[in-house]
Amino acid sequence: MKIKGAEILIKSLQKEGVEVIFGYPGGSVLPIFDALYDADIKFILTRHEQGAAHAADGYARATGRVGVCIATSGPGATNLVTGLATAYMDSVPVVAITGQVKTHLIGNDAFQEADVTGITRPITKHNYLVRDIKDLAGVVKEAFYIASTGRPGPVVIDVPVDITTFEHEFNYPQSVNIRSYKPTYSGHIGQIKKAAKTISEAKKPIIYSGGGIIISDASAELCELARKNNIPVTTTLLGLGGFPETDDLSLGMLGMHGTVYANHAIMDSDLIIAVGARFDDRVTGKIEAFAPHAKIIHIDIDPSAISKNVIVHIPIVGDAKKVLKELNKNIKKRPDTKDWLKKIDSWKRKSPLSYKKDDKLRPQYIIEQIYELTKGQAIICTEVGQNQMWAAQFYLYTKPRTFISSGGLGTMGYGFPASIGAQVGRPDATVIDIAGDGSIQMNIQELMTAVCNKLPIKIAILNNGYLGMVRQWQELFYKKRYSGTCMDHAPDFVKLAEAYGAVGMKITKKEDVIPALKKALDIKNTVIMDFRIEREENVFPMVPAGEAINRMIGGMA
Amino acid sequence: MKKHTISVLVENKFGVLARIAGLFSARGFNIDSLAVGETEDPTISRMTIVLSADDRILQQVKKQLNKLIDVIRVIEFTKQECINREIMLIKVSAPEKKRQEILKIVNSVDAEVVDVGEDTITVQETGDESKIHALLELLRPYGIKEIVRSGTIAIGKEGK
Repeated sequence: MKIKGAEILIKSLQKEGVEVIFGYPGGSVLPIFDALYDADIKFILTRHEQGAAHAADGYARATGRVGVCIATSGPGATNLVTGLATAYMDSVPVVAITGQVKTHLIGNDAFQEADVTGITRPITKHNYLVRDIKDLAGVVKEAFYIASTGRPGPVVIDVPVDITTFEHEFNYPQSVNIRSYKPTYSGHIGQIKKAAKTISEAKKPIIYSGGGIIISDASAELCELARKNNIPVTTTLLGLGGFPETDDLSLGMLGMHGTVYANHAIMDSDLIIAVGARFDDRVTGKIEAFAPHAKIIHIDIDPSAISKNVIVHIPIVGDAKKVLKELNKNIKKRPDTKDWLKKIDSWKRKSPLSYKKDDKLRPQYIIEQIYELTKGQAIICTEVGQNQMWAAQFYLYTKPRTFISSGGLGTMGYGFPASIGAQVGRPDATVIDIAGDGSIQMNIQELMTAVCNKLPIKIAILNNGYLGMVRQWQELFYKKRYSGTCMDHAPDFVKLAEAYGAVGMKITKKEDVIPALKKALDIKNTVIMDFRIEREENVFPMVPAGEAINRMIGGMA
Repeated sequence: MKKHTISVLVENKFGVLARIAGLFSARGFNIDSLAVGETEDPTISRMTIVLSADDRILQQVKKQLNKLIDVIRVIEFTKQECINREIMLIKVSAPEKKRQEILKIVNSVDAEVVDVGEDTITVQETGDESKIHALLELLRPYGIKEIVRSGTIAIGKEGK
């Protein structure tokens, strides 16, 4: 039996197990929306396509499944772009379906036409323009396969409107075979043995783990490697939750706003075991000065991540979980790290993460209370800037997929729509968006999406009336010339919340933090908490751009 | 920086050239020349890319190319392992009194005259880079009006 292209598309999504789509309708996707009307797939109408892309991304990060979003041709599709670039930088499996003008109009500057495959080529893992209805089902199958395997990433399927109205038989392919795409999952056993031997011989080893641990569900294997061999673990921003920060071996996050002890440890180490991390510039600081005495073992599924920024001595291309399992089996002798851990412990005691404990309302205190009251069990989403770094530093993450943040691209306005996706995917979880007063305004329209879908997301705005992170740099490196960063004209967030049907609270005193949080956590509605924090609080420690990462300012004892 | 010749087998599909070209520009890699054509298998195209790069960049270029979904295989050729060829068409100024001289040069290097006009002669030269370069230098004093080069193509020797 022949069915319409739009129905083929929706049925294909169902074959992939898609339970929810985030999106926004428009002319070129009318037939798809018509088919969606009868389908057993939940549709979440966001108030902006960017919100849909971030929500699909947040859903994917919180659940491990592929997130799906849809937008119409032209402006609908271009509004997805920031969301796709965000997902691409952080290796998040997202499939975006975009409408396109009729096949014969492509290239004619038709109404709402944009070259979407051209625009998204450098910010997606792959993209498709479907030019024949008989390819449609196969393209969907490939798109999900590519998005979710190897190093995951977003895939765009651009579908001309006429393709969705033509009719064809529906035969969903059983399997995918792309001759040019065969990710390597099992690490080279010779390399793994070499790594095992090197680990046994190390005196000052450190594990540097990234988002790859979470993507490949390798947290248990990582814990085994660390605990059996007494090796300390530092994680990247995206690696938070991959190793419990409550563990004595945890050094927290490293890099520009990492802990003093993590940065000292990696600089002083004689062996770095990097797993699912990519040595990006926020982690390494001045690359020539990075970890001068260390040999590097680098485990990553993406060969191009290896030796891109640093020279790697033992590269192992493969899936983190599989490689770590094999590595754990092959370590015959534990390294002697007693002295090393002692040294690290002295750094820990000398320079813990700290802030001024006085009567003022300080953001770090708020994050600590959120941690206490949620018992560390919440899913924390963040925006970008100071709020993100405080959320990374002062909440202790113990489980994968509980910290959701735009790391690579650093997208302001990401956290709130991402929290919508996370809450939709994990309805029973407590989902909190840690925001700044700047970034929350970038996708504030999604309050309506959260409220009308009865999503009990809690938004904690750390409101300092500044674009705080940029202001911090201006304070430290631009003689306090606060050019363009003062935001003292802001909406009344309490009234704004109420206007959308959410609950608004304003908190100005330290002693009101705990009662307000308790109250908010009990409310089954979306809540905005407007915390009026110390205006010029800074994120410390900090490595100035271009410096070696042990040259930190602030937070040093 | 050293010149490298790489041969990239890709799916013969719409948009693949843009992916390759986009990768080079986005990552700041420089292409000296690029030539594309269908292979013995019509579903596969071969791109021969010549680039100047140090070893680290070259490794990254190869890895990044391999990362593209439509790239089937990337082969790096060393000079000994392959045959390099390029075609150049060169239009040189050729007034009456210089014409014999120019034809003599062209004959001496086994190049071919493909068009003769009132004021110019167009010569076709085929060969590796040094051969092309040699003719170019020999003809330069007579006044070169136009040069068109195909870009290098390369094929592996037997067993390569």
